[in-house]
Amino acid sequence: MLTEFGKAFIFLLLGVIFVVLGLFGAWIFRPRRPYPEKNATYECGEEPVGSAWIRLNVRFYVIALVFLIFDVEVAVLFPWALVFRQFGLFGFLEMAVFLVILFVGYAYVWLKGDLNWDKPKPEIPVIKRTIVTAMEIDSRHVFIDDDEMVE
Amino acid sequence: MGLLDQRFENGNVFITSLDGLLNWARLSSLWQMQFGLACCAIEMMAASASNFDIMRFGVIPRATPRQVDVMFVAGTVTIKMASRIKRLYDQMSEPRYVISMGSCATCGGPYWEHGYHVLKGVDRVIPVDVYIPGCPPRPEALLEGIMKLQEKVRKESLVKKRA
Repeated sequence: MLTEFGKAFIFLLLGVIFVVLGLFGAWIFRPRRPYPEKNATYECGEEPVGSAWIRLNVRFYVIALVFLIFDVEVAVLFPWALVFRQFGLFGFLEMAVFLVILFVGYAYVWLKGDLNWDKPKPEIPVIKRTIVTAMEIDSRHVFIDDDEMVE
Repeated sequence: MGLLDQRFENGNVFITSLDGLLNWARLSSLWQMQFGLACCAIEMMAASASNFDIMRFGVIPRATPRQVDVMFVAGTVTIKMASRIKRLYDQMSEPRYVISMGSCATCGGPYWEHGYHVLKGVDRVIPVDVYIPGCPPRPEALLEGIMKLQEKVRKESLVKKRA
């Protein structure tokens, strides 16, 4: 007799066979004539600019972590709220401790400034005054005073 | 080259039977590149709508050239667009077909003499399988173009072509 997991195993087996047969059939029948233009990244017909693998801003990592914490919190709070009356005082205190721990983490993130999303101020390069001869100035260069450059 | 494609010098009963199966599968699901260039694209949209129902031929619009079999060049091909069309055609997966829809795509249409910005026929940049006349062609004409293309796909073979 087949158990419930046995039925799931049959579905898994069928899925694997379907994918393998599809890819194998395509490998047999397809024409394969690659060339650089064909393998180029698809950018709606435009000339592809750079690689399709780009770097995400590292700040999304912190946001994702904070989201995960509160996601878990909500996922735990909903079933807890359903059986709240049966748990009584113990359940309430238990959840209070859990929430306090999460809140400490939230306060830490807030105080540290990870939730702020203002742009970093770019550092304007300061050009040092260099010594030049009078002939060079006369010939081709027009120099702006340093104070105006820093502006 | 694939495992079977263009590998045979002569056909026999097995190869021609397999040809028939593959060609039937290919002509029954000619997926379409989803883009339009000018007023012919309006007729192409009308052909996609319920009155003409292009999907009964297995023509489904896809948004990426990797999943596409046929490209309808529906409208005026400007010189600026020509390089894009060439690149899109290059990125389509094989076997690939092109239907030139309307006078503009076929030969420049009303811009054939004084249109300084119009490519005089899309077959100057990509190979075209079926030309559909009209300015713009009615959706029925597009349907007949698809049927002509199906006749062409029916004659494809795994046997190596001879010069």
